[in-house]
Amino acid sequence: MPEITLLESIRQGIDEMMAADARIFVFGEDVGKRGGVFRVTEGLYDKYGPMRIIDSPLAESVIAGACIGAAMNDTLPIAEIQFGDFIYPAFNQIISEAARMRYRSNGDWNVPLVIRAPYGGGIHGALYHSQSIEAFFCHIPGLKVVAPVTPYDAKGLLKSSIEDPDPVLFLEHKKCYRLVKGDVPPEDYRIPIGRADIKREGGDMTVITYGLMLHHSLEAAEELASEGVEVEVLDLRTLRPLDTDAILASVRKTSKVMIVHEDNLTGGLGGEIAAIISQHAFESLDGPIVRVCAPDVPAMPYSKPLEEAFMPSPAKIADAMRRLAAY
Amino acid sequence: MSTEIKMPQLGESVTEGTVGKWLKKPGERVEKYEALLEVTTDKVDTEVPAPASGVVREIKVQEGETVRVGTLLAILEDEGVATDDRTGTIYRAPATGEASDTQHATRDTQDPSAASQPPISPVVARLAAEHNLDLSKISGTGQGGRVTKQDVLKYVESRGKQPPSPAPSVAAPPVPARPAAPAQETVTAPPRGPLGAGLDALLPPVAETALPAAPAPIELPDDAELLPISAMRRSIAEHMVRSRRTAAHVTTVAEVDVSRIVAHRERRKADFERQGVKLTFTPYFVQAGVAGLQAVPIVNASYTDEGIAMHRQIHIGVAVALDEGLIVPVVRDADEKNLLGLARAVNDLADRARGRRLKPDETQGGTFTITNHGVSGSLFAMPIINQPQSAILGIGAIQKRAVVITREGVDAIAIRPMCYLSLTFDHRLIDGAAADQFLMALKAFLEGYAE
Repeated sequence: MPEITLLESIRQGIDEMMAADARIFVFGEDVGKRGGVFRVTEGLYDKYGPMRIIDSPLAESVIAGACIGAAMNDTLPIAEIQFGDFIYPAFNQIISEAARMRYRSNGDWNVPLVIRAPYGGGIHGALYHSQSIEAFFCHIPGLKVVAPVTPYDAKGLLKSSIEDPDPVLFLEHKKCYRLVKGDVPPEDYRIPIGRADIKREGGDMTVITYGLMLHHSLEAAEELASEGVEVEVLDLRTLRPLDTDAILASVRKTSKVMIVHEDNLTGGLGGEIAAIISQHAFESLDGPIVRVCAPDVPAMPYSKPLEEAFMPSPAKIADAMRRLAAY
Repeated sequence: MSTEIKMPQLGESVTEGTVGKWLKKPGERVEKYEALLEVTTDKVDTEVPAPASGVVREIKVQEGETVRVGTLLAILEDEGVATDDRTGTIYRAPATGEASDTQHATRDTQDPSAASQPPISPVVARLAAEHNLDLSKISGTGQGGRVTKQDVLKYVESRGKQPPSPAPSVAAPPVPARPAAPAQETVTAPPRGPLGAGLDALLPPVAETALPAAPAPIELPDDAELLPISAMRRSIAEHMVRSRRTAAHVTTVAEVDVSRIVAHRERRKADFERQGVKLTFTPYFVQAGVAGLQAVPIVNASYTDEGIAMHRQIHIGVAVALDEGLIVPVVRDADEKNLLGLARAVNDLADRARGRRLKPDETQGGTFTITNHGVSGSLFAMPIINQPQSAILGIGAIQKRAVVITREGVDAIAIRPMCYLSLTFDHRLIDGAAADQFLMALKAFLEGYAE
């Protein structure tokens, strides 16, 4: 089975879907001639031409708004926001228009749109190239938010997202684009939206995570294994809707749970997950629900030691695991 | 304001540490986060920084001494500088610093009483209740000696390998009852309806009649299927066992010739039908019960430690079999209803019981219960008293039998519909003579029923 990077798996997903369905097109800054600043769409402009790999103006509200309109008119757009940090001008279109269209038209109109956006830090991207944006969108009924971080998951989820009749925000961790490699089978497959995945089984503690933190958590879990603590690592893959069944089943099994995400602590997805666990698995808990997250600092710093202080690392995660195990 | 310095836990499985070297003496000032002493364990040697600025007032543990994690090592007198750390102790982690905003898995240190007694986590509380455990008997390997889920599970497993011991009393703090199955009409659990409040106060609290220790976990044979226990089943199970332990159950049986009842019913049932009421045998027995209770009032009473509560009103419960269990709705003031009224009440209650439409207080407040086990063919039985009542009447199957009749001194054999009435009574307040007197009153009522 071929081993490819996260980035290549996303490109393959786009390519294969576009080859099979002429309604699909890509719309974003530098996606065409340049092949995307990360090279996700490299080669696709030559293959599908300027009418299907479209270089947009430098205006995120137009990217989102035009694609919403196109999606309501028998096309399947894949909008690209060049960096998740730039998504805010598109926020109004995404929330007020895309997320609500089906509800407000009583089902007459839907928006089968995928918005792809690289997010996350650890690449010295500093304030405007490192943000985690998922929390804002996970709050909105009518939107789906997915954040796969392995090549196998990304390709399968991208195809499901394109086929989904409602808007999906597809988040790609930019540090993992080339850092993460994995086996991807050549055949056509899907991964359903809304299903988490146990990436590592264990009986002593559950770690619920996504994004780059999945890989950091797996590393920390290996460290804890050598100390006699078996950590179960649950990769959410989909952030909205949360796979509450998988979350609760794992918590009921291990009785100790930690949520790890790169986003700031307060108001991040960890609080929502903790509330769900506390309400529905209270009698299974053998310790407090712990969150390991970035501090409530306005942005990821540029300077290396400050960036490291900001981001949760395998060592910090392992340290928190030890404390929870000892409780 | 003083700050306590305690022996930190320097590794996941580390339970004690040795004081290596004090870096400050009593009277010396130490700044916040400045190293105060060196501590060694078999895994880690480290410095312990002061969590707050202050002056060392007292050193409790000398160099070279080994103490358990959490032991008080020293006291700092700090000069009004509030600490804002969320941990009881701080130690320098070997890797990067602690700038990330992590929530530490420690107890809420704002609560001063938290230091004394490690908390019982929800899963430990639940397991203790399920297995009827005395948590004080289980050693804790968690933080500060906390009993963890693993500690409880290991204890249960090791206990299962020994012969079951006599019931330990549940020493754990009061555990909230497990939530019952959600949102059904709570017709089985004992809700306190306003009408039955007086009688229900007579129910002994469950704690006094503690169930025996859970038996060793049964190993199911491969072909066994495990059915979940519904709320109703659990309630029935608890009540039955409790009732047998509470009352002194004795059963006495009488045989009744019900030919007059049968005849009466034949004659009247069409008439009842016209009034929309299906006439069964049950209302006749309820009427007979009323007659018996009026003749022998001690059977309509309840035993309490303060005295025997003689109930003036007569509320008769009629047991109804359901698919998944049984339920006993109560016919209130049965002595104030005629046969039609009783028939109507019994039918309505049974109907609604089967359709799960009873109101919660309709199963409360009974003073006597009748159970018609005969409909399924049973001849006689030893029913269990419905607490807090003192007796329960079982009506057996009506069967035609050859019996000896004596008329004017001459014996003859006749074929009569006969029925056994089984009365289980509480011998604490009802003696055999009274019980039999009651049964004879029923027999006389039924056998002398107006034609």
